[in-house]
Amino acid sequence: MLTPEQAILACMAVPLVGALLISLAGRLPNLREGITLVTAAALLACVVSLLPVVLGGGRPGVVLFSLLPGLQIAYKVEPLGMLFGLIASGLWIVNSLYSIGYMRANQEAHQTRFYVCFALAIAATMGIAFSSNLFTLFLFYELLTLSTYPLVTHHGTEKARDGGRVYLGLLLSTSTLFLLPALVFIWYIAGTTDFTVGGILADKLGATEIALLLALCVFGIGKAALMPFHRWLPAAMVAPTPVSALLHAVAVVKAGVFSVVKVIVYVFGFDTLSTAGAAHWLVAVAGFTIIAASVVALTADNLKRRLAYSTISQLSYVIMAAALLAPLSLIGAVLHIAAHAVGKITLFFAAGAIYTAAHKTEVSQLDGIGRRMPWTMGAFAIAALSMIGLPPAAGFISKWYMLSGAMATQHWLAVTVIVVSTLLNAGYFLPIVYRAFFVAPPADPHGHPHGEAPLLMVIALTATAAGTVLLFFFPGVPLELARQMITP
Amino acid sequence: MNLVPHLPALQVVIPLMAAPLTVLLRRRSVAFAVALIASWTALAIAVLLWLQVSHSGTITYAIGNWPAPWGIEYRVDRLNSFMLILVSGIAALVLPFSRASIEAEVPASQHYLFYTMFVLCLTGLLGIAVTGDAFNIFVFLEISSLSAYVLIALGRDRRALFAAYQYLLMGSIGATFLVIGIGLLYLMTGTLNLADMGLRIANVQGTRPVLAALAFITVGVSLKLALFPLHQWLPNAYTFAPSAVSAFLAATATKVAVYVLLRFYFTVFGASAVFAKLPMQEMMLLLALAGMFAASTVAIFQTDLKRLFAYSSVAQIGYIILGMSFDSVSGLTASIVHLFNHGVTKGAIYMLLGCVALGMGGTTLGRVQGLGKRMPLTSFGIVIGGLSLIGVPGTAGFISKWYLLLAALEKGQWWLVFMIVLSSLLAAAYVWRFVEAAYFQEPRKDTDEVATTPWLISVPTAILVIAIVYFGLDTSFTIGTASDAATALLGGRR
Repeated sequence: MLTPEQAILACMAVPLVGALLISLAGRLPNLREGITLVTAAALLACVVSLLPVVLGGGRPGVVLFSLLPGLQIAYKVEPLGMLFGLIASGLWIVNSLYSIGYMRANQEAHQTRFYVCFALAIAATMGIAFSSNLFTLFLFYELLTLSTYPLVTHHGTEKARDGGRVYLGLLLSTSTLFLLPALVFIWYIAGTTDFTVGGILADKLGATEIALLLALCVFGIGKAALMPFHRWLPAAMVAPTPVSALLHAVAVVKAGVFSVVKVIVYVFGFDTLSTAGAAHWLVAVAGFTIIAASVVALTADNLKRRLAYSTISQLSYVIMAAALLAPLSLIGAVLHIAAHAVGKITLFFAAGAIYTAAHKTEVSQLDGIGRRMPWTMGAFAIAALSMIGLPPAAGFISKWYMLSGAMATQHWLAVTVIVVSTLLNAGYFLPIVYRAFFVAPPADPHGHPHGEAPLLMVIALTATAAGTVLLFFFPGVPLELARQMITP
Repeated sequence: MNLVPHLPALQVVIPLMAAPLTVLLRRRSVAFAVALIASWTALAIAVLLWLQVSHSGTITYAIGNWPAPWGIEYRVDRLNSFMLILVSGIAALVLPFSRASIEAEVPASQHYLFYTMFVLCLTGLLGIAVTGDAFNIFVFLEISSLSAYVLIALGRDRRALFAAYQYLLMGSIGATFLVIGIGLLYLMTGTLNLADMGLRIANVQGTRPVLAALAFITVGVSLKLALFPLHQWLPNAYTFAPSAVSAFLAATATKVAVYVLLRFYFTVFGASAVFAKLPMQEMMLLLALAGMFAASTVAIFQTDLKRLFAYSSVAQIGYIILGMSFDSVSGLTASIVHLFNHGVTKGAIYMLLGCVALGMGGTTLGRVQGLGKRMPLTSFGIVIGGLSLIGVPGTAGFISKWYLLLAALEKGQWWLVFMIVLSSLLAAAYVWRFVEAAYFQEPRKDTDEVATTPWLISVPTAILVIAIVYFGLDTSFTIGTASDAATALLGGRR
């Protein structure tokens, strides 16, 4: 067995070695896909081997490089990172199955590059999850941006290039313009960037400076898609659907909100922020993003675009819940990272399955599709319930905690936002389910008969839909990890 | 005979002796061997000197046993030894590279001359770095410049002649200004030894000749280091010179000129109040910013990659000067470390462009279409170099940017912080011009047959590309040396 330290290093090394082997096996598709699956399984095994240690109160860590005093490239697994690592590596396996089905059925080009970049992106994600300080997080954050760029622009068309420009342009400029100065400033003020329970900035700055620094950090983490820096996410939808599914519903966007939560909890600290009253504005901005993105989603006819705006809105739940600075809402935020991940990946899987089987991309084309693709649309319906926050789906639990937190702190704005957005969520998801199952399919002379998408894809989306329900009934592990964040 | 005490002299003498040897032997393979041995020995000496300095402090060496300040003194401290390693290291890598790359770019009959000029240029640059004598700096600057003119003129394109001529004119003006400045200083202090000059200048500080000397030296050296707006010679020189020459000069020549500026500003003028009499800091700050933004913007609209990265060099020089203008340990550390990091990065990029020129038959954006397919490793290398220019973490460029930002924060200058990060976005814009051409365009039909790159070219290039990443992760050598050098230059002033 691996020691925890070796396991951490293995979590970095396994996807990298996988990427190398995949690129070498480029000419043998079956071997190549086999390597992807084995790598994904090995990675999950490494991550899971860390879980008992972390649940038992251990915080294993490794230092790789020491650049400057107080500035290291180092890993330390704490509960939130553990959870994020579990989600990303667990869903990578499912997503790999799905990718194989999708890429083959749609006869996509450059599949080797696709799988290599995917493995690299996962390696960067693990780096983010396990980073022990803000500097390491920043390093892997940038690597994640760069390694996903070839995936976003996979098709190599004019449209893909334009989407890639927006993607890279927004993510790179927010992180360079805001996060980097904030990072240097934090290091300058605190002499360290280590994630520490209670924060590292206590008594070092005035209230206004804290608020400004928080703004630099939160807007600098463009991956969290807080308005007005959200446009990269719809732009990234030009990517093949598996990319949208894992990266733009799970790895990349969750890396964003994960980083925001980490910064709020471990860099600033609840006490520092609440004494300075520096997070009120963030609740408002996140609340605005939730509502505004939901309204846009209501009007979007393109399915992936609707999902993208739904993601923007759901991400801001996490930010808002963390910014409430209440223990209950923080648990909600952490749970929502997990709940939204399994739910949204299911929705994207379904969108990709519809595209593969029926070549349909618009919501208005989906009349009666549930009769031809019952598994896909069934999974879609369950995931939609989770997005709205209804039982028996995971989204209910996270929303419950968030709402309790908002009420406990008597933050009525947040309560209103949650209630209104729930209605809006229902407003843009339920019509799709209704159309799929209860509207008669159009008499289309050009329509071609089709059933479900390839088996691998159906298996993948059923698995994640099942995960959404399971997480509702057995939220034990994420809940425990979230609790440990507050009371170590 | 114990050679160790003579290492400072040998650093210069060995390449200097190699130069006439290559002419006498004439056979190009022999000339190559001589030049190679000379440059590798120079690197070994530089490393030994660095070790010696970091172990037991500054080394002084009296040429011909004439004690300073009457004789010429060679003086190696942390800063010099750092420069020596950069210059000789790049030379040691570029030289094997040049063997195959000049094959296509320089007529065979002139190959031995290429090596002669190369080692002479190396001699000059090493000489500038090692000497502690003002006039000696001028002499070595001329040696390196004259040989550089010839090297540039060797380029295949006829415009290389014009580029060399342009550089010659600007370079000569620069050298003249420098020698006038040195003359004025000699007049006022009665010494040519830099350290001595730094002591004696206290008695004459604020006098008009000293201020004039400061102005002359600033302008003269700024021409050499291509400080915006005195950079006009640089894009042509880098574009039309043979690949190996572009790589060598881009990585070393302007950097050594910056070193000269550092020496004069901090060792000679630093201790006096001269700096306060003229608005030097404000002026450097403005020119640096103007260079960072203007040159980067111009770079975005270039169609030839060699020219694009030449403008990028002008912009990056802006960072270096910006660091100097802070007049603080962090600022100077940023400048010194960026000398090195940018030298490594640009050296790698120009060597990679040399590979591209060999493989694709040119370096215009039109030619490199589909480079990602035709030459995947080379293309990826340029991307890594580009990321370092942007300052993405994990590359050498990031380390320099970090210190630059830190220096700005220490001064409480938040607007400068944003100017610095904003300009790195401009770098992203010009680097992405390459990325989109290399990865989003189909290769041209006439580039179907890409010749495989000879290992003499690919190995040194790969080493430099790896160095970009290495120095972005392990900074004990670069930051360690640079911060020591910066502290020493400021001499306990803070």
